This record gives sequence, structure tokens and C-alpha cells, in this order.
Amino acid sequence: MRSRGSIIGGVAAIAATFVVFVIPFLFIILMAFKDKQQSALRDFSWPNGFHLWDNLYEVVKTRNWMMITAFINSSLITVVSVTLLIVLAAMVGFVLARRKTRWNGLIEFLILAGLMIPPAVVPTIWLLQGLKLFGTLHGMILIQVAYNLPFSIILYRAFIATIPRELDEAAVIDGARPLDVFFRIILPLLWPVTVTNIVVQSVGIFNDFTNPLYYLPGNQNATVQLTLYNFQSQFSTAYNLLFTNIMLITIPPLIVFMFFNRQIVAGMTAGAVKG
Amino acid sequence: MTAAAAPALKMQRRSLYPGWFYLPAAVVYSVLFLAPTFASLYFSLTRWTLFDATFIGFDNFAQFFREPFLIQGLVNTVIYAVVTSGLKVVIGMALAVMLTSQIMARGYLRSVIFFPVLVSTIGVGMTFTVLMHPTQGMINQALALFGIAGPGWLVDPKLALFSVALVDVWKGVGLATVIYIAGLVAIPKDYYEAARIDGATRLQNFIYVTLPLSRPATATVITLSFIGGLRTFDLIWAMTKGGPGFASDTVASVIYKQYQAGFYGLSTAGNVVLFILIAVLVVPLTMFLNRKQGHE
Amino acid sequence: MTKTKLFALMGASTLGLMMTANAVYAQQSGYLSFLIDNGPQSVAVAEAWVAAYTEKNPDVTIDIEVRPGGGEGDNIVKTRLATGAMADVFFYNSGSLFQALNPAQNLLPLTGEAFQANVQDSFKSVVSAGGEVYGAPFAPAMGGGIFYNKPIYEELGLEIPKTWDEFMANNEKIKAAGKTAVIQTYGETWTSQVIVLADFFNVLAEDPQFAEQFTANEAKFATTPAALRSFEKLQEVHDADLFNADFGAATYPDGLRMVAMGEGAHYPMLTFGIGAIAETVPDHIQDVGFFALPGDSADKNGLTTWMPDSIYVAKTTASPDLAKDFVSFVASPEGCDIRNEAVGATGPYMIAGCELPADVPPAVSDMLPYFQEGGQNAPALEFLSPVKGPALEQITVEVGSGIRPAAEGAALYDEDVRKQAQQLGLAGW
Repeated sequence: MRSRGSIIGGVAAIAATFVVFVIPFLFIILMAFKDKQQSALRDFSWPNGFHLWDNLYEVVKTRNWMMITAFINSSLITVVSVTLLIVLAAMVGFVLARRKTRWNGLIEFLILAGLMIPPAVVPTIWLLQGLKLFGTLHGMILIQVAYNLPFSIILYRAFIATIPRELDEAAVIDGARPLDVFFRIILPLLWPVTVTNIVVQSVGIFNDFTNPLYYLPGNQNATVQLTLYNFQSQFSTAYNLLFTNIMLITIPPLIVFMFFNRQIVAGMTAGAVKG
Repeated sequence: MTAAAAPALKMQRRSLYPGWFYLPAAVVYSVLFLAPTFASLYFSLTRWTLFDATFIGFDNFAQFFREPFLIQGLVNTVIYAVVTSGLKVVIGMALAVMLTSQIMARGYLRSVIFFPVLVSTIGVGMTFTVLMHPTQGMINQALALFGIAGPGWLVDPKLALFSVALVDVWKGVGLATVIYIAGLVAIPKDYYEAARIDGATRLQNFIYVTLPLSRPATATVITLSFIGGLRTFDLIWAMTKGGPGFASDTVASVIYKQYQAGFYGLSTAGNVVLFILIAVLVVPLTMFLNRKQGHE
Repeated sequence: MTKTKLFALMGASTLGLMMTANAVYAQQSGYLSFLIDNGPQSVAVAEAWVAAYTEKNPDVTIDIEVRPGGGEGDNIVKTRLATGAMADVFFYNSGSLFQALNPAQNLLPLTGEAFQANVQDSFKSVVSAGGEVYGAPFAPAMGGGIFYNKPIYEELGLEIPKTWDEFMANNEKIKAAGKTAVIQTYGETWTSQVIVLADFFNVLAEDPQFAEQFTANEAKFATTPAALRSFEKLQEVHDADLFNADFGAATYPDGLRMVAMGEGAHYPMLTFGIGAIAETVPDHIQDVGFFALPGDSADKNGLTTWMPDSIYVAKTTASPDLAKDFVSFVASPEGCDIRNEAVGATGPYMIAGCELPADVPPAVSDMLPYFQEGGQNAPALEFLSPVKGPALEQITVEVGSGIRPAAEGAALYDEDVRKQAQQLGLAGW
């Protein structure tokens, strides 16, 4: 049952979030539909005519279809590094939450250090070069794994602490090996936090700008964020193209969001307090 | 269970959490993160061109503290971290309480609040730079409809840092909200039930049940957003590049500029300075938050 | 047609055939990567050259890579050179920024190439290190000064100012007429340096030794009155409240559009802006004129000039001969013609045999007298000294926005250049 107050509150919340959160996105979309002259006004107005396809074509074909390469590269980096992250971080989080040894303090310190310390970019370039990984997708993937491990481990460790120990011990009595226990029992149990991990990390990596800029030079290695940045001055007098580009790179996160929305909500709010 | 099975069980129990589970993560992390970090301690003491490094002792650090903008950068960094994490805690908590109550259109609200978290920082920065343009920007055009002369969001030196911080909160508050929702949902219903029987008001409910029991979530939100705030770079670079002048420079953007200029040793020294700043602020903060948590 | 003429013609055509055959024989094949900055002019001209070159040499593939401009671009160029990941051929600045690339270690010398015979010595000096020449000009020379809107000057009956006082008097008249007198565009910070940098002719006119002394750590901006004056001029235009309302957020294209369309009267800028005006607001290119940044005396009125950027070959290239051939194509009269065609003429070329088209825009023809007999010009500081501080553009934004007074800004810049000098290992720092 809803009181009148809660209806008014709900309408107010919807209106406020619409202005704050939705209008900027509508602005992006409207700009992407406009032609160059109208977009130069940068106002919140209905497009004169439909120019989305022209704009899209213009943006995608710029610099020899660089956007296509960029999407392929970004997807590859994201998928591979998130997969590695999930497995490696869950393994660490699992043992860290379960096994208390004198090393735990050191490991937790290293995790915290990883969250805190800004990566030393120049020494990293110097090292990647020595490993022949500089400017390669492999190198970029490993960098993303290394930089994002601590956050994933923290999410996993916190979640694993909420799973009763009896579950893995029950599995032992059945004679399962540690890896089996981990992959068959623990990892599936971690699904809600894995989804959070996937969403947060894949978005972070897909949206990462600074790291590819330094560790991944060259045209054939372009990523979507770099492409947007590179096009910025090329499109500096063409706001329609700039916003078409922004809209274009917002679509993959949107798809991830729509695809995983139910799981995020389910994972995050399982057993939500009703009423 | 036979007597012989007992030791076997014990053995298996020990190896259920094998230490080598750490190994793959440890290798990647050590080689690509720890090693360069340790190397940075040496290179911060050199004048480095990438071709060769000349050892110059603590000159880089002395130089760094001679930079008149660094002090401003340090202060800005702390202000930015405090403002963004503070707002994320307050707004995130409020939104989470709202979203776990019986409000209409909960799915819609949750979606629109969370979605900006997923959008490219560079894209958000560019969009808001256009929206915050002092004369052509939509925000000031909208304010003008109400007869308000909007400020120069990103061009007023007193305001630029806060404008970027606001956009940071706009983009990041969804994550705080989601963490809080998870925290609130984990609070057993019994507590609210007991409070209801005692005749607690909604405000009392919030102060005596929700607030203390969501402390772990608060700790997570503060730690993550505070460290994120101290290290922030992308958004500032996309929106103001530290300007106007040096007004919205943070330590991270100062470091980046030294790096851009090819002062690799100096920039690496800046990394070390930032690391010390973070350690000095975050370690006590985490200890404080964890101590509180332990008392619960 | 007489026989001799016929023979002559045949001879010529045989010669032509032979030359064609020769050209076929010399035809290149292979692959080049080509790194350029992301300015629309650079992209357009690079694409035109690549198209023309690969048409002549169908077996050659050239991939254009684009990098950001400004400080970020500097960093990418340096990092890629340092890590051996540089493209075969690339665009980059000449002068002090070129010196910071460690040319002897990273670049292929082009000293002995045939095309260098046509390149002016003044240019070679700014792309040389250790006795070797490493670059070829890919653009015309530039001047730093002030674009002005001709219709506003006609409407208000103004004269081209020869001194700073006349310039400020013009500004007051323009302001009194309710127009924007001076356009500033700090949305792109590099544009804020122009008044200070373009004033260097006037600094040298007062103090001819400044560049050497500055390099040797003997003269400072803050303590040399003529040099400090450059910062003071910036502060003066700010204090007189002459700027466009959105000067803090406006961008370089905004500035060019405003001066071309008469939304503002003056825009301090380098003349490469002419190309962008011709591209974005071609209908108004005739409305834009140009004059040098005035000094304090009408007798000493001259232009601060910028050497063009250069095209270089990375030492790590896998195909040095092809790279050199491409560079010599760019630096040939044919290359200049392609450039004129693609982005228009923006100033005098540094290559003998390169001609400007007859109908250059007024801003270009306004600039030419400074380069000709009787005209006065001097190179910008960055071509006389390797010392250029990286924070100048932030400091000039501060001075131009009234955040910091000129004297403090100049002192801060002196502090900033110290790092660059130390990094370069110059004596005396």
C-alpha cells in the first residue's frame, strides 16, 4: 500500500533523477542526430532532420575505419583480461579468506598497496620493453590484470567470508580435490560477486584511457577511448560528430548493463527488505 | 569413519586451500606492478632520459617541492578526495535507503543512477565540458531561463576543481549506492522488526539500525572513493587539464605534466610523493574504519 | 611546323620518355608508417601527399597514424623514439623541441640528400644537431602576430598599429563601439602563449643578446625589462577588459571563427591559422588581415617568425631509402603544390622552387613584406635557444586571466625553464 506522501516522493525522485542523470544522455543522443550547423549551438533542441546515419558513417570511416579496429582491440583486451582477473582474483580471495597464515598480513598489505600506489608509468614502459611486451595486446592485457587484481580480490574475499565454511568442508568429505572444489562449488557460489566484478572491471578496462595511451602506441593497436581522444581535435568544430562518437562508445557498456542488469540487481539486493 | 581415514581427512583439509592458488596472481602482480614500483624508487633519484639515468640524489624531490604549484596541487588533491568521497557517502546512502524502500519505479531509478558508472570517463568529461561552457553551455542557458547568471564552472579558478568533483560524484555515486544497497540488504530484518515493536520512528530506525549496521559498506565506499579521489586524473585531464592556470591541478596531473615534458626522473619522484601522501592519509583512515568495524 | 622544331619536339618527347622510363626504374616499393599530429591541416596535407605518392608508386603502402598535439603529442613522440617503436616517418616541431628528441641517437641524418640543396639554410639550422641535418620543412614559414578583422577596421576607421600604444588605443575604440577588441581562447591553453612568444622580435630589438644570455642562465624574463614587457602586455590587455566573455572556455577554432566573422577585432595567433580559416569559414577569409605584435617604438616594427615543422625519419626504420624518397617528395616543389592544393597557402616556403599561388589570402600577403627586402623579422626564442619551459601555457593563462600578475608569472616561468635546462644538461644551470 502506498501513501500519498510516498507517491509524491516517488514522482519527485523520478523527476530529479531525470534532470540530473537522464538529460545529459538525451543531450548526447540529440547532438548525434543533428547536422554540423545545428550542433554548433550546443543547445537542448530537437534535431532539424535526421543526420544520425551520416554522422555515424562519418565517424566510423574517419582515419581509415580506425573505429572498427579500435572496437575489436578494446573488446579483445576487455574479454581476456576480465576472464583472467575473475579466475586469479577468486582463487586468491578464496584462500585468503579461508586460510589464516602469517603470510596473510603481507598479502593484505600488498593488496592495499595495489589499490593505493599509482603505477610507475615510466619504469613500467622500460620493463615492458625488456619483456618484449611493449605495444602489444598481450602486454596491455597483463597490465590490466596486474592493476585491477587488488580490487577484484577485495570484492571476492569479502563475499567468500559470507559463505559458510561447512560448504567447502562438505565437499572435502566427498573426496574432491581443491581445484574441483574451487571450480565446481566455490566459483558458482560466487556468481553474484562475479557479476559485479565482470561489470565493474570490464567497464573500467573498456573505458581505460591512460594505460593504452602509454603502453599501446600505434594505429593497429588503437582502443576506443584513444580513438575518441584522438578525434577530439579533429571534431572540434563538429560537435555532431564528437557526440556521435561519445554515443558510439557508450553503447557497449549499455549492452553489458542491459544484459547483466537483472544479475546486478539480484546479486546486490538479494532478499531486499520489502515494505 | 575408520581410524585410518582421519589423518587422510586432515591432510585433505589442509590442502583444500593450497598456497599455490596465490601463484598466478602473484607472478603477474609482482612483475608488472611491484617491480616497476621498486624501480621507481631508484629512478626517482635520477635525471632520466629513458636512454640513461644520472644519479642526482634527492634533487628531484627538492625540485618538486620548489614547484610553486605543487603545494596547491597537494591541497587540491586532498580537497578533491574529501569532497568526492564525502558526497558519495552521503548521497549514496540516501539513494540506497530510497531504493530499498517501497518507492515507485525502483528499477528505473536504480538503472539511471547506476548507469553513469559504466560510461567512459573521457566521454563524460567531454560532455560536461560542453554542458558547463560559460556562455554556450546548456547548464548556464537553463539557469538563464530562471534569470540566474550561471558561474564559469570550469573557467573560474575558484570553482573549477569543485565542478570537476561534482561531475566525479555524478559519475561515481551509482557505485556507492550499489555498495550501500548490498550493505542495507544484509541487515537482518529482525532488527527493524524489534525497532518497530519498540515503536521507533523512521528516523530512529535509520540512526539506530541502518547507520551502525551499514558501517562496513561505509568503510568500503570511503576507502574506495577516497583513494580514487587522491589518484584522480582522467576526469580532470578531460575537463580542465589542471586549469585555468594551475587552479585544478592535483598531484597526479602535476606528475603527468612533468612526464609529458620528458622529465622522467622528476615525474617518477612525483609518483613517490603521491604514494607517500596516500599512505599518510589512507593508512590511518583504514585503520580507523576497521577498528570501528571490529567493535561491532 | 618546321623540321627543326619537329625534331626538337621529338627530342623532348624522347627525353620525356626516357625520364618516364627512368621514373619507372626508380619506382619505389615497400611499406611506411607515417606519424602525424591530429590537426585537421596536418591530416589533410598528409593524406594528400600519401595519395599522390602512392599513385606514382603503386607498390608503396603508407599508413598514416595520428597522435594528439601539444604536450601529449610531445610525450608520445619521445616515448616511441626512446622505445624503438617510432613510425618510419613523422612530423614534429623544429627548434628546441627537436633538440629534445636526442636526434643523433634517434633520427636518420638527411644531410647528404639531394633535396637539401633547395632548403634554406635558416631552416637547416633549426633541424641540425652535431653537424648533421635531420629534417625537411613540410610547411611554409609562419609569423606570430595579430589577426584582425578588416571590416571592423574599416567601419571604425582604424589604422594598422605600429606601436603598442596605438594598438591599445585601437582596442579602446573598438570596445567603445561595443565590440570585442581582443579574442582569447584559453579552452586550448597553448593559444594563451602567443602574445608573449610573438613579442620576441621586440625583446631582441631592445636587447639583442637576450637569447644567448638566456640559454647561458645569465638573463631572466623577470629581470630583463624588455622580456618582462612581453608578460606585461598580456596583463595589460586583460586589465583593460577587452576579451570575449567566454575567453576561458573558447577554443582555437572559436577564435578563428570570431575574428573572421567579426565577432571580435583582434586574435593574437600564428599564421598557420590562415589555413584553418580557409577551411572552416572560407567566405570570410578575405576579411582577415594580419600585423606583427607591435613594440614600443614605430621604428622597430617587425615580425617574430616561426620556422615550419619538419618531417623526420626514425633511425629504426626498416626501409630508409623509401623513407628518404618520400621525404624528398614532400620537400619538392611538387610537394608544395600538393600542399597549396590541399590546405591553401599560408606563408612563404623554405624550399627554393616552391611558389605561392597568385591569389593568396590577405593575411598571407600582409605577412610577406616582413620577409622581403626592407622588412624586419626575427626568429622566435625557441629557434635561438633550446630552453623552453613546459608550463608557459599555464602561466600565460594565469596572467591573461588576472590570476597572477605579470612579474610573478615571469618569475615563475624562469623557475620552470630551469628544469628543462637541467634535463638537457646545459652548462651554467
